[in-house]
Amino acid sequence: MLIQILLILFFLLAIIKVIRRYQGGDLTRRAAFIWILFWVLAGVVVALPDSTFYLAHMLGVGRGADAIVYIALAGLFFLVFRLMVRVERLTKDITRFVRHEALAEAEKKITEQK
Amino acid sequence: MDTPKANADIFIVIPAYNEAERIGRVIRGLFEHGWKKIIVVDDGSSDATMMVAREAGALVIRHGSNRGQGASLQTGTELARNLGADVIIHFDGDGQFNASDIAGAVAKLKTEQLDVVLGSRFLDGRSRIPWLKRTILLPVARWINYALTGLKLSDVHNGFRVLSRRASTRICINQDRMAHNTEIPAQIKKYHLAWAEYPVEVIYFEPGQGVAGGLTILWDLFLGTFR
Ligand SMILES: Nc1nc2c(ncn2[C@@H]2O[C@H](COP(=O)(O)OP(=O)(O)O)[C@@H](O)[C@H]2O)c(=O)[nH]1
Ligand SMILES: [Mg+2]
Repeated sequence: MLIQILLILFFLLAIIKVIRRYQGGDLTRRAAFIWILFWVLAGVVVALPDSTFYLAHMLGVGRGADAIVYIALAGLFFLVFRLMVRVERLTKDITRFVRHEALAEAEKKITEQK
Repeated sequence: MDTPKANADIFIVIPAYNEAERIGRVIRGLFEHGWKKIIVVDDGSSDATMMVAREAGALVIRHGSNRGQGASLQTGTELARNLGADVIIHFDGDGQFNASDIAGAVAKLKTEQLDVVLGSRFLDGRSRIPWLKRTILLPVARWINYALTGLKLSDVHNGFRVLSRRASTRICINQDRMAHNTEIPAQIKKYHLAWAEYPVEVIYFEPGQGVAGGLTILWDLFLGTFR
């Protein structure tokens, strides 16, 4: 089916991108490994939809498609959550930076006036 | 009480975001009450807050981008300390506080040798608190605050604070937005700082933060636990 080919191409692109980001130093080795594993598994599921049956059976879910949806949802929740925590950390970093600048500026001005 | 003599090392820190309309009057009020060291933290305002505050005679420190009230208080407190402050007062820039409350609060800090004095609008009858705030929002906030910090306050969302120098070095505000109102009591408890509440007047001319603001605070506190 066309959709399978398109999806697998997309996954391949994603894997290339992961490798590039790993080489560029944006991803740790562990993160890169997990992402590649993720996309490969996604490719397997798309290429061999029946493979999900075993997964569903293992998890005690009726249909393979259902199992994928459940796992995808949980994964998304986890990702979004991690993203939010990371944004929060980034925000705090910006604050530290802005504060540092502001204090330096103000103190410079004060010593100039003296 | 309105003409404190030895107040050269007492600093007032005012967080201000787009307060050009009101900050000038607040600063002049403080000068009239004898307070001379006034730091305004202009939190990346897009209006003339900085100019107005400077013209009124305050020392202005400016954040390059809006970081929130908690972040601004921390910045202003650090500047005050670097300038040799012995006592640091947090004071709102929107004209809701009464400058004549400061002298008494500072006196309380000194005579009772406290680390922190927290303003409360519930200890006398001066503040005309809007109905929704008085009967629902603040009681709920008070309860949550007690559960989270273990400090029993009559007023948990009050920007009027007096800090000793010692307290200002212990307390470090990490909550950039409004959740510092919970963070500060938590740190007072954690570092065993000596504290008391003091009656202050809060004048209302606009609703301020509502339910949505309260939920944002809870969310910030929740995220804060993952730092
Ligand atoms: N620095 C800074 N100050 C703020 C911000 N939002 C409000 N403020 C200031 O905090 C003070 C009190 O703000 P307000 O919104 O009235 O809060 P409330 O009175 O505690 O409900 C005023 O001086 C405002 O200018 C902000 O994002 N950054
Ligand atoms: Mg206000």
